[in-house]
Amino acid sequence: MTETTPLLELCEVRAGYAQPVVGPVSLRLSPGEVLGLKGVNGVGKTTLLKLITGEARLFGGRVHRPGEVTVAHHRQRPEKPPELPLTGREVFRIASVSTERLPAGVAELCRLCLDEMSGGQFQLLHAWACLMGPARLVLLDEPTNNLDQVAIELLLAELETLAPDRGVLMVSHDPAFLEATCDRIVPLCG
Amino acid sequence: MWLSLAWDPLFRVPLATGLTLAVALPLLGACLRMREQWFSGLGVAQLAAAGGVIGALLHAPVILFALLGAALGGAARTLTGSTRNEHYAVMLLGGWAAVLLLSAWGHEAGLAADHLLNGQLYFTSLPHLLGAVGLLAALLLCGHWLARRLLITRLFPSHFKANRQPDWPHELCLEALLVGGVVLGISTMGVMATFAMMFIPPWIAFRLARGWMRALLLCALLGAGAGLAGFIVALALDLPFGPALVGMLLLALPLRLLPFRFGRIA
Repeated sequence: MTETTPLLELCEVRAGYAQPVVGPVSLRLSPGEVLGLKGVNGVGKTTLLKLITGEARLFGGRVHRPGEVTVAHHRQRPEKPPELPLTGREVFRIASVSTERLPAGVAELCRLCLDEMSGGQFQLLHAWACLMGPARLVLLDEPTNNLDQVAIELLLAELETLAPDRGVLMVSHDPAFLEATCDRIVPLCG
Repeated sequence: MWLSLAWDPLFRVPLATGLTLAVALPLLGACLRMREQWFSGLGVAQLAAAGGVIGALLHAPVILFALLGAALGGAARTLTGSTRNEHYAVMLLGGWAAVLLLSAWGHEAGLAADHLLNGQLYFTSLPHLLGAVGLLAALLLCGHWLARRLLITRLFPSHFKANRQPDWPHELCLEALLVGGVVLGISTMGVMATFAMMFIPPWIAFRLARGWMRALLLCALLGAGAGLAGFIVALALDLPFGPALVGMLLLALPLRLLPFRFGRIA
């Protein structure tokens, strides 16, 4: 795979569950690129991400992802386990994320158990684990949900320094965040 | 006197079997609680008991049919995909009704039902002990691999599918360990004591421990402590082991109220 080979290509894709809910959509994500998806509620942005993870059904078109491109998926509302004695540091270890030189806002999560974290802290932990892990294709679904401005700035800073062999496909209702982070934004229409 | 009785050669195998299972079953229970499937321990145990009673009715090996019953529960967990505690409640009710109805059809079945529901730790033999040691060894050998994959699934549910990796190896491994553990548990300490061993130590440990390994260690310590105390109390007061064990576990429950967690804040 060369540096210019896309991490992901969607050609005239129609996706859904029992029936199609989105499409046809075509897009291409190259290494080093952050691509945003925007659109009104229910237009199928999350479904498109779930198609890439294999959780939604392909009704037409073609999805191409080279076999060596690994994926991390930050869900729209990652479920915080109610009582799991796992610390943030252990979550990072499980996700193969380095805990060296973490920014202070993330480092403080390392010592907390998941049930000691607020919803926003868990959201940041989860998004960080996906973004900083080894996966080359990162799918972020509404990563700024529940986050305060400090946490949003942390994600912004990391997205700006994305490794050249990785790519991010992001869904967000936050137009300012999309504008600030994305190289391109693809509008989805109903 | 009763303490020396616990070390009597007559009781060494039951004590060793009970203590080995008292470490292994809470570790299995921790895996179930991590997945919020803690109730499945009781559902699968009741199905295993129903399988054992069917085996007795057919004059077939009880343990083999108990394994089949537990495996049926395991298959239902796996094949239905989104199993929840409601599904396990159905297993529990179905298994319980089957055990009691089938046990009325024959003397052998009645004895098997009594044995599996209430347990007979004092009558355990070397095969039970070897089975328990095998279960614990399997848990220790594959525990790190299994726990890591189960935790990934818990925290990043689409990980394996998105990366085109099979999830059946760890699902099958957990099911096999659960089936083996439940059948060993019910054939020695009974259905309720087996469930209590898988339910209470992890419930306490998940509240008190800071960190996954510490939680597992606490599970094992609580299980072993309750197992030993239950054994001694049952011997001293001439009580059945299963209820004595459950009583000891219930006595430990207030530990959940401690206002701190064990473990260094890194």
